[in-house]
Amino acid sequence: MDRIPMALKILVAGGFGVGKTTLVSALSEVRPLQTEEILTDAGSDTDDISGVEGKRTTTVAMDFGRITINEDLQVYLFGTPGQDRFWFLWDELAFGALGAVVLADTRRLADCFPSIDYFEQRGIPFVVGVNCFEGARRFGLESVRRAIDLDPDVPLLLCDARERQSGKLLLISLVEHVARQRGEPVPVA
Amino acid sequence: MRADRPRSRHEWVDGAAGPVVRPYTLTGGRVRSPALGLGLMALVRADAGVDPAAHPLLQPEHRRLVELARRAVPVAELAAQLDLAVGVVRVLLGDLLTRGLVTVYEPASVPRPYDDDILKAVVSGLRAL
Repeated sequence: MDRIPMALKILVAGGFGVGKTTLVSALSEVRPLQTEEILTDAGSDTDDISGVEGKRTTTVAMDFGRITINEDLQVYLFGTPGQDRFWFLWDELAFGALGAVVLADTRRLADCFPSIDYFEQRGIPFVVGVNCFEGARRFGLESVRRAIDLDPDVPLLLCDARERQSGKLLLISLVEHVARQRGEPVPVA
Repeated sequence: MRADRPRSRHEWVDGAAGPVVRPYTLTGGRVRSPALGLGLMALVRADAGVDPAAHPLLQPEHRRLVELARRAVPVAELAAQLDLAVGVVRVLLGDLLTRGLVTVYEPASVPRPYDDDILKAVVSGLRAL
């Protein structure tokens, strides 16, 4: 009988259309998966919503990906819903997370502010990846750091969300950041 | 802001929302389930030797869940593989739990503060990707 592996959760956040789905797809060993949560105004004390035509439901898509580290350890990636109105779903996603990757687009830098605020306020470690869209003007990392008023300790990297190698560096940078926050660097393997 | 949309009682149902759907048709309208509280990362595994063919009342989606869960699979991945909303999958999993066909495990959470060996394993596992 196989063992139940330990699970680490990493969130991928950022504004709508910034490349979260692309990043999760590039990193996941399973096909790009979207999972949908249903939002309904049927109360939690409702047993049955059949025949209640006035009740409305809608779904919200979240990206999901998996990386097997070894037989005992898996990393799950969850792309957070991009629209602000789904903030309440973030708390479940963020609970117990190792940390987060916040994607930023220099053409719409302000879109990443809510994600950064969310993780800062909750003390969840995060790194920021500036997704280099084709045709977007390249900015120096220091000017981006100033523009988003990012704490000097928070890693800020340029990335290409389409490239697995690039996404992988974001995750490694996050794990190393978590280790540093804990007070010790990750020992060299 | 809200005053601009006096008729909308639901801040998440607006022009940019997905279609208003009836996803619970598949569950016969049932929304309650023994699996209701199951987290997205909870692992589901079919019990050894379970044969869904021996349960004629199961729907095709139940059978697929059992097949996918031959190894431990997180709830989020089951929902994605079946292309069903998580809430619907929870109801279907509840049916399987009631019949004793699957077992669910909350994933072993990694103890904090994170252990050196775990962080090291994650970094080297990621480098190897």
